[in-house]
Amino acid sequence: MAQIELSAIRKSFDGTDVLKGIDFRIEDGEFISLVGPSGCGKSTLLRVIAGLEPQNSGEVRIDGRPVDGIRPSARNLAMVFQSYALYPHLNTFDNIAVPLRMRRLSAIERLPLLGAVLPGRRAKERHIRNDVEAIAEQLDIAPLLRRKPGQLSGGQRQRVAVGRAMVREPRAFLFDEPLSNLDAKLRVHMRAELAELHRRLKATFVYVTHDQAEAMTMSSRIAVMMDGELIQAGTPAEIYNDPEDIRVAEFIGSPKINILPGRIRKDGGVDVLGTALKLSCRAAAGDCRVGVRPERIDLGAGPFSGTVVHLENLGAEAFVHLAIEGSGLRLIARLADVRHLPGMASSVTFGFAPDAVRIFDPAGKRIELKVEQPERVREPAHV
Amino acid sequence: MSNAHPIPFRAILRHVLLIAGAAIMLAPFIWMISTASKPQTEIFSSELHLIPHQFALAENLREAFAKANLLRFLLNGVIVTVSIFLLQVMVALPAAYALAKLRFLGRETMFALVLFGILIPPQATAVPVFLLLHKAGLLDSYAALVLPFTISVFGIFLMRQFFKTVPDDLVDAARMDGISEFGIVWRVMLPAAIPAVTAFGIFSVVAHWNDYFWPLIVLNSEHLRTPPLAVAHFRNNEAGTSYGPLMAAAMVIIAPLVIAFLFAQRRFIEGITLTGIK
Repeated sequence: MAQIELSAIRKSFDGTDVLKGIDFRIEDGEFISLVGPSGCGKSTLLRVIAGLEPQNSGEVRIDGRPVDGIRPSARNLAMVFQSYALYPHLNTFDNIAVPLRMRRLSAIERLPLLGAVLPGRRAKERHIRNDVEAIAEQLDIAPLLRRKPGQLSGGQRQRVAVGRAMVREPRAFLFDEPLSNLDAKLRVHMRAELAELHRRLKATFVYVTHDQAEAMTMSSRIAVMMDGELIQAGTPAEIYNDPEDIRVAEFIGSPKINILPGRIRKDGGVDVLGTALKLSCRAAAGDCRVGVRPERIDLGAGPFSGTVVHLENLGAEAFVHLAIEGSGLRLIARLADVRHLPGMASSVTFGFAPDAVRIFDPAGKRIELKVEQPERVREPAHV
Repeated sequence: MSNAHPIPFRAILRHVLLIAGAAIMLAPFIWMISTASKPQTEIFSSELHLIPHQFALAENLREAFAKANLLRFLLNGVIVTVSIFLLQVMVALPAAYALAKLRFLGRETMFALVLFGILIPPQATAVPVFLLLHKAGLLDSYAALVLPFTISVFGIFLMRQFFKTVPDDLVDAARMDGISEFGIVWRVMLPAAIPAVTAFGIFSVVAHWNDYFWPLIVLNSEHLRTPPLAVAHFRNNEAGTSYGPLMAAAMVIIAPLVIAFLFAQRRFIEGITLTGIK
């Protein structure tokens, strides 16, 4: 159980800055997801925490104590890798036992032949066996203990990797995209299993993923990283509803948030596609970008109109792709009721409530808005 | 190509060429077996026949074992090749691991030097190495036969190429589990690299079992002789070369390699293709 603090972490490879000064604090027992597009530095940050990659500057503290220069194993963190990284020549039991053997047996006791006859080795091995079997029981892999990783399915390997991490009772678990090698169905299942594991162990989880669905469904907090910077951290709902940066808004949410060109007038009002919204802001007049989530687009009424160019009916919901009239812009609306879909190529009117609008300045930063006449309050959206 | 002829001309040509090649490769061996089976009179007769009129293999073998301590020479061969191989592995694996998986200043330069080392033929360094062994007082000993070959640049190169294909995650997982860097080499990389080590082992054993040049120049004592030297012993006898026992001895000496090859045939071919791809 640990609290992890990062301050001003910088890392560069061959002159390219991968991490540009990360300050972050992970609370004890939290499930933190580090999300971002590939190459944003999230895996590097995880490796810095693990001690596998030394940072160029900055400090990592675990439970208030600096751990820089301390070997990965001495930090007592466990890591689950994308490729699971099981030892291919060892069976499941031995794979899970490795961290225990490394910690509990002396170098001489680990020797292949001599070690087995040393006094005390027996008792230690028995403890290790009990611990491994207890973990295997918890993870439902007890029947697989004699098998080699090559004889296991992806999901089973995943569990063995988690078991190897759990058995040492680490201060925190680090996950590096652990589900990305699984098929879609298994991934959804493992998502629930990992979240449950977190609730049971009450340990600190740091979870790196590029899959926003994983981050949204499992974590207590999400930290969004882009280009080596940590842009925003918050609960999944905060990140989804109150993105502070247009890149966060665009990265989180599927389908992507609709971005329309807008203009801030001199009096602080906001125009989008030539129509004034019932909103005002304090920002200087000029161009802005207006974001509206697909589920906040109301079809059938409103000041705008568009032509249906594509329909995606998923059964429980549908996505309507619209080409906005008078501009080349496209927009996606989510329909919860699939029984009343507009026809292809038909013309529909649409609009959105003022509180559904998030506007961003040309640099991508969020601009605070004041809704002039709140029409109705809607429930917070979910993914 | 017509459908009436299921065997195309090109396939026939290919097989004819392959058979011809195989015949050329096998000819010396067949000649060796043939000569080893003939009595002295038939060997020197002017008519050419492969199958002896009178089989004398047993006599030739008996004479070969009587004239020279062949078993001792075979044992010497085993001691030398096994020691060379074990020491080569002990040097090559950590070096290859460092070159493949660790980041340090000058790594690329080091690897370039390894590649450069492959280009140097052993004969080129024979004289300085000989002088070194002389100064160290190690000439005419097992050490003289083993030490010069303990660092195999080819082995380092081969293992480094193989280690490159081992995922970094595996190394990182081992570090997280508390295995030391040397521990990673022996507990993680070696088991993963067994096919490559086997391939390298075959190359190394074959090369040093058959080596004639180096044992010839560093050895004097008869009891240290390696198998190829033992065969040569049958020549230059004041009584003239006795070809029958010589060929019989040659048969005995290549037998371990042939038997080992038959057992490890698949691995051997894997080993060659491995070096071919990488």
